Amino acid sequence: MKAARDWSVRHAKGLHRFYVALEWTLQLLDPLLHRIGYQRLDKSFARIEGLVKGFLFDSQSCGQCTLGSTGMACPMNCPKTLRNGPCGGVRQNGGCEIKPEMTCVWVKAWEGSQQMGEAETGLQVIQLPVDTRLKGHSSWLEALKARREKSA
Amino acid sequence: MSFADEPSAGENLPILPGHFSPGRFERVLRAGQFAVTAEIAPPDSADPNDVYERVKDFNGYVDAINATDGSGANCHMSSMGICALLTRLGYSMILQMSCRDRNRISMQGDILGAAAMGVANILCLSGDGVQSGDHPEAKPVFDLDSISALSMVRHMRDNSAFLSGRSLSSPPRLFMGGAANPFAPPVDFRPQRLAKKVAAGAQFVQTQYCFDIERLKLFMAKTRDLGLHDKVFILPGVGPLASAKSAEWIRNNVAGVHIPDSVIKRLAGAQDQKQEGVDLCIDLMQQIQEIEGVSGIHLMAYRQEHRIGEIVTKSKVLGTRVPWSPAGS
Repeated sequence: MKAARDWSVRHAKGLHRFYVALEWTLQLLDPLLHRIGYQRLDKSFARIEGLVKGFLFDSQSCGQCTLGSTGMACPMNCPKTLRNGPCGGVRQNGGCEIKPEMTCVWVKAWEGSQQMGEAETGLQVIQLPVDTRLKGHSSWLEALKARREKSA
Repeated sequence: MSFADEPSAGENLPILPGHFSPGRFERVLRAGQFAVTAEIAPPDSADPNDVYERVKDFNGYVDAINATDGSGANCHMSSMGICALLTRLGYSMILQMSCRDRNRISMQGDILGAAAMGVANILCLSGDGVQSGDHPEAKPVFDLDSISALSMVRHMRDNSAFLSGRSLSSPPRLFMGGAANPFAPPVDFRPQRLAKKVAAGAQFVQTQYCFDIERLKLFMAKTRDLGLHDKVFILPGVGPLASAKSAEWIRNNVAGVHIPDSVIKRLAGAQDQKQEGVDLCIDLMQQIQEIEGVSGIHLMAYRQEHRIGEIVTKSKVLGTRVPWSPAGS
């Protein structure tokens, strides 16, 4: 798992592009998905999303994905679930304050974001508090739903 | 020092144009004066006299007092409790609010309560992990993080509403602060992280202990490049180390504190290590004051609060200015 996660951070740029393409494809499919019903699709989508992102990023399936803005490192792996950057407790060797054997998620996120262009990283975006109701749901469908609600 | 429009103890100052809070800390900073803040160690007791006794060390030496919030994830009297006791006497308090122990419902309630009691300053923190404290089996909350907490406080203050959108009949008038650790990895990200805190609403920032002046200078240079020193008052943190042995212990056991070998060597080589720790702290304060973009000093004199007077006086960072102290003290 750790190997896959490290690989993902090292290949953050490519993965981010892949992600953008996926987003675009989903948007293309949105009329169809909407007709079937997001709610009906949620369970299967969440399962696929959980498998893919779980393998690649150790995703914790919070249902409101920020991977594209965090150097493709899942911030929910931070023991404090910090979504806006590292805490002040990071050890001098980059180890986590709470789990010293683990490299700080944000040290990884910073590495990953260095692969992407500055405009792409999104590290400067202020992440709002998590909506705990969305945990375990598909963030892909949530994004489509939010988009639709916004344009409505 | 007291202001011309000084109210009686326990009442707030009028909010000046362009100011956000009714407190003297914001006034001192906005007047361009070099400020000193200090941390008060909360007692393990339910006796208010323990707080009144401890605060005496601060009279006339500091512009605001941080009441810590379960620092190091250890249980003590709450920040809220200490602020309640001391605002009544007229002290300028900084409520520390960590995200570790409470969710957004509790935090918003506390923010209103604190402002109602005359607290004019808030410091939003993520908080040390529960694993580092005396209740490692506790459930960590972290519903928000320090930055989303800042944006929540600003929303309450400036939009006069809860996060849910429900409106407040009177918003909390708070001067908002955050913490920074220029010395922890990823070091290159730290100035950007400060920018994020400023964007989320931070108006002042207090840093982790500085024992490495060169690294602080680098951080400040990057901060100036980002133009942040014009947007946020920066108060680097300092404190007296008790001995080389305790410095070593802190370095190995306290999260996020970076102490270079040279500091430990200096202490170890001194005849009176405790005095050397105080002198080192004073040296650092004087060097920090020289750095462009620094607005003050944040003193964390854990278990050496009684030496704050000596440290502030000898450092001369306040010049001839004497901060507020309660009448008759």
